[in-house]
Amino acid sequence: MDGGGGGLRRIGPFLIEKDLVAPPIRVLLVSAAALALAFLTAALVFWAYGVDPVLAYRTIFVETLLSSGGFAEGVRRAIPLLLAGVGLVLAFRAQFWNIGAEGQLLLGAVAAAGVALFAPLPAALLLPAMFLAGFVAGGLWAVLPALLKLRLGVNDVLTTLMLNYVAVYLVEWLIHGPWRGRTAFGFAYSDRFPEPAMLPLIPGTYVHWPTLLLALAGALAAWFVLTHTTWGYPVRVTGDNPEAARYAHMPVFRVVFAVALASGGFAGLAGVGEVAGVHGRLLEAYQISLGYGYTAIIVAWLARGNPLGAMLTALFMGLIFASGDVMKISLQMPFRVTDVFNGLILFFLISSERLLYYRVRWAPVRKGD
Amino acid sequence: MDDLVLAMLVRALAFGTPILLAGLGEIYAERSGVVNLGVEGMMAVGALAAFAVAQSSGSPYLGVLAALLAAALVSLPFALASITLRANQYVAGLALTMLGLGVSGLLGKPYEGAPLAHPLPEAGFIVTALLLAVLLWFFLQHTYGGLVLRSAGENPETVDAMGIDVYRVRYAAVIFGGAMSGLAGAFLSLAYRPSWADGITSGLGWIAVALAIFAAWHPLKAVGAALLFGALYHLSYRLQAAVSPEFLKAMPYLFVVVVLSLSALRKGPSGAPESLGIPYVRGERR
Amino acid sequence: MTEPDALLTLKNVTKRFPGVVAVDGVNLEILPGEVHALLGENGAGKTTLVNILYGLYPPDAGDIYWQGRPVRIRSPQEAIRLGIGLVPQHPLLVRAHTVLENLALGMPRGFLLPTRGLAARIAELTRHYGFRFDPRAPVWQLSEGEKQRVEIVRALLQGARLLVLDEPTSVLTPQEARELFKVIRRMRSEGEAVIFISHKLDEVLEVADRISVLRKGRLVGQVTRAEADKAELARMMVGRQVSFERRKPPVRPGAVVLELKDIHARSDRGLPALQGVSLRVRAGEILGLAGVAGSGQRELIEVVTGLRRPERGLVRVLGAAPWSGKRPRIAHIPEDRRRQGVAGGLDLAENLLLHDYARPPFARGPLMDRRAVYAFAREQIARYRIDPPDPRTPARLLSGGNLQKLILARELHGDPPLIVAAHPTYGLDVGATELVHELLIERGRTGAAVLLVSEDLDEVLALADRVAVIHGGRIVGEVPVEKADREQIGLWMAGVEA
Repeated sequence: MDGGGGGLRRIGPFLIEKDLVAPPIRVLLVSAAALALAFLTAALVFWAYGVDPVLAYRTIFVETLLSSGGFAEGVRRAIPLLLAGVGLVLAFRAQFWNIGAEGQLLLGAVAAAGVALFAPLPAALLLPAMFLAGFVAGGLWAVLPALLKLRLGVNDVLTTLMLNYVAVYLVEWLIHGPWRGRTAFGFAYSDRFPEPAMLPLIPGTYVHWPTLLLALAGALAAWFVLTHTTWGYPVRVTGDNPEAARYAHMPVFRVVFAVALASGGFAGLAGVGEVAGVHGRLLEAYQISLGYGYTAIIVAWLARGNPLGAMLTALFMGLIFASGDVMKISLQMPFRVTDVFNGLILFFLISSERLLYYRVRWAPVRKGD
Repeated sequence: MDDLVLAMLVRALAFGTPILLAGLGEIYAERSGVVNLGVEGMMAVGALAAFAVAQSSGSPYLGVLAALLAAALVSLPFALASITLRANQYVAGLALTMLGLGVSGLLGKPYEGAPLAHPLPEAGFIVTALLLAVLLWFFLQHTYGGLVLRSAGENPETVDAMGIDVYRVRYAAVIFGGAMSGLAGAFLSLAYRPSWADGITSGLGWIAVALAIFAAWHPLKAVGAALLFGALYHLSYRLQAAVSPEFLKAMPYLFVVVVLSLSALRKGPSGAPESLGIPYVRGERR
Repeated sequence: MTEPDALLTLKNVTKRFPGVVAVDGVNLEILPGEVHALLGENGAGKTTLVNILYGLYPPDAGDIYWQGRPVRIRSPQEAIRLGIGLVPQHPLLVRAHTVLENLALGMPRGFLLPTRGLAARIAELTRHYGFRFDPRAPVWQLSEGEKQRVEIVRALLQGARLLVLDEPTSVLTPQEARELFKVIRRMRSEGEAVIFISHKLDEVLEVADRISVLRKGRLVGQVTRAEADKAELARMMVGRQVSFERRKPPVRPGAVVLELKDIHARSDRGLPALQGVSLRVRAGEILGLAGVAGSGQRELIEVVTGLRRPERGLVRVLGAAPWSGKRPRIAHIPEDRRRQGVAGGLDLAENLLLHDYARPPFARGPLMDRRAVYAFAREQIARYRIDPPDPRTPARLLSGGNLQKLILARELHGDPPLIVAAHPTYGLDVGATELVHELLIERGRTGAAVLLVSEDLDEVLALADRVAVIHGGRIVGEVPVEKADREQIGLWMAGVEA
């Protein structure tokens, strides 16, 4: 049948019908329901761990949403998530399955640290040079798997993912070896960045606002390019139907290449923000990132291909991270708990997607029907 | 000299065993048409379940059983999402990995560093893995069930038209894959280490996914591929003095990239099931 | 009520889909040993009816009787158990597996694969019907005709007493079709019942004992072959008078627009697909390219439209290579309109821009002018009467006919000198088919060169000025349409060279 259709089911007086489009209100409702189910399931896990779920959620709610300091922490976590998430929105829109934002972020951090520690640049140029280097390094880390996919058809999910691990060990090697700080004593991290290589913070918080502005501007720019320019149009066609893009003689190679570069580049910027805005040095990979690159996948998926939507979803996931902090400090739970949240949220979200294309109608059975 | 070669071979086998076990499971899932990227997560859950039950019950065999069951159980939500609800298989697999690592890391906290009274010998797992490879090959190639499984991954419409439930076949393959990942996890926490630590799987699950591709989805070729990966791991331990340890740790992952690229360069059909990664919808013929 | 000896009886069977009644109160009786044709246009409900019989959809209303007993066919398995076998239009075979494995899949299951016993039964059946295929060959090596025979053998092995053949001749040469008719008659003589589904009048008249005509889901007539009249059947099927006249007026061809010389190209699988193709199409001329599926048509179309580089040989469209920047506009009506022709998630307006998105008036520099885009879309939608008319509708929601109109609107925009049309009416209803034919003829008359690739020989003969036949990646025959002989073309399609 053209356009699908069929498949009616009745439950009591409700008629469940297939629908070809998903109106925004239903998207909102179904997504909210999925999130609620994810939190409910997480409550089960807390209970199994021996933490009272009601207490856990109350603590989280009070200490993140109701405390200004907690909320600012959420915003701070949202910065790398938004940058990497916007990059992933772009990648996913072109069907480049970039799972490697984590590694690209680390590469950005490495490049920024390299510039901050070793480049003989005037103070005013230092930060711009760090962001530029971070963008290029992150971008190149994504371009390699893109090339393998375009030229050889190698599965991009696996290669981008493998390069995450390689990036982690690259950072480890640098901080244990050549870049190990003179002041590090027993610990493994680099020297502290010079003052001009550090980003300013919003007073009273750890929010490095230049990166935040950069992330917001990046989201806006990505949205504008996608929807209003002749560069974005082929990206959308390629992502929607690569066959059609080839049929229309679109430069699919260039499109995917550019998207990969931008995608990795955005993640790289996130890495710059973390080392220049938060830590002031290169340190262990898991301290730099906390898995932002993986969570950015959820940010992008939740944003449903819209870079502007990522602003909202990045904040949401940032608050989840802040809750992770809260649970670690107030409830003595390991930080792994954010992985549980992430996994559950992603699970319920993708599972709910099919349901968007059903509508429930009130249609009681009449006599004589 | 011969003893040395033999010893190296045994070590390579031991390193390769978890990859082989989980890889065989992934081969079955993929031959039925489902890519499950959750191997790493299922393996972690299996490792924890094995350790926790073996430690509290005192029986490592109960531990193995628990690993099989627990990993099969966590593969269920993945199967539901990717088969019934037709979600993107790659993303669903990632979610499973996050969830598996998260839950096992969280619930495994009390077991960190705890000793195990009765570890299992590695040899038992090694022999089991090799036997399973042969059995699974035979089942796939020479039995009716194997034919159905292969057909579901190639052309599910045909399987449906023959009156066989494609969903059930795929569910079974995914759950079996989960159990195999659990067994691989049990090997790690009961025999290889034997202990529990968060991050015990250290990326082996991903290598198992790559193994399925490298072995061209063939259970017997998987043995050779696992030996190769195992030898590489072993080599990296032997080279520790000469090369920086970070490089050696990164090597398996780089190797996966290289291996995938080489597999892509191979001439002729890759052996990939035709409907791999494509959710099946009844009545929507292509 | 029911005729006692009827094998299958349908009473008032109805199936609704949102917005359409696909099968509407159909009554039908199939007797043992009869060949019963279901005649109808695309979209008349034939396939839906087959799917109901084969247990793929439940009917919304009505009853089905098998040998007088009421039955519910809930799955293909139950259909098979009753004795209903289906030979689908597109083969339901696992390409990577051997014929034997494919047949074993449909057999009662034991633990081990049945090989020797099954091979013997296959050999017996193939001998009986005069089929020739190697049971150990992988299916992807078989021709379309051979695959169909494998399907028939499968249904017979499963013990089918009623064989449903869904558009069985659509992939066959005329000679292969005649072979099939022989097999059908042989089955009839052995008491098998056959439901023969088709939209082609001639073959229905040749093979059927009784003919039931479906239109818009309703059974509009039933006749025996003896009383059947071709014009009357056509009127019943389409709902009005139909002429069987050739509709393209002859033209005097102009300059050469498309020239191919000794083209060699490989398929995606790396196998040689084109092996020395030479062709010329002149302005004002429609060249019809006939051939059975998989003879190199896809690769030829891709070479002509610049999507595939040939390994050897020369392609020129008005003197330029089709992949060069200087190439003129080439209209390409793709083989698979849904998979290739549109980005289904993008709206109608955006899909009309596939080639022109970077050109004025739609773009100024890198910025796109959305107002110009939607104004253009509204204009085209009105001109081609695309439904629904909202330019913001996602293209995936269009029906096949409207989708093809959208593609035509886009491809024919700007009067391209060369039109490449691949199976342009496949799966379309009568109205849309006629529109496509009119547009191609009109463009030919106004000076475009048209390369029409179709597996439907009737369509080629009705539209083309010249007919070329492709087989095994080579042009095996070429003839002006007024000298074309179906018999000869059929031989060419089977690879017998001129």
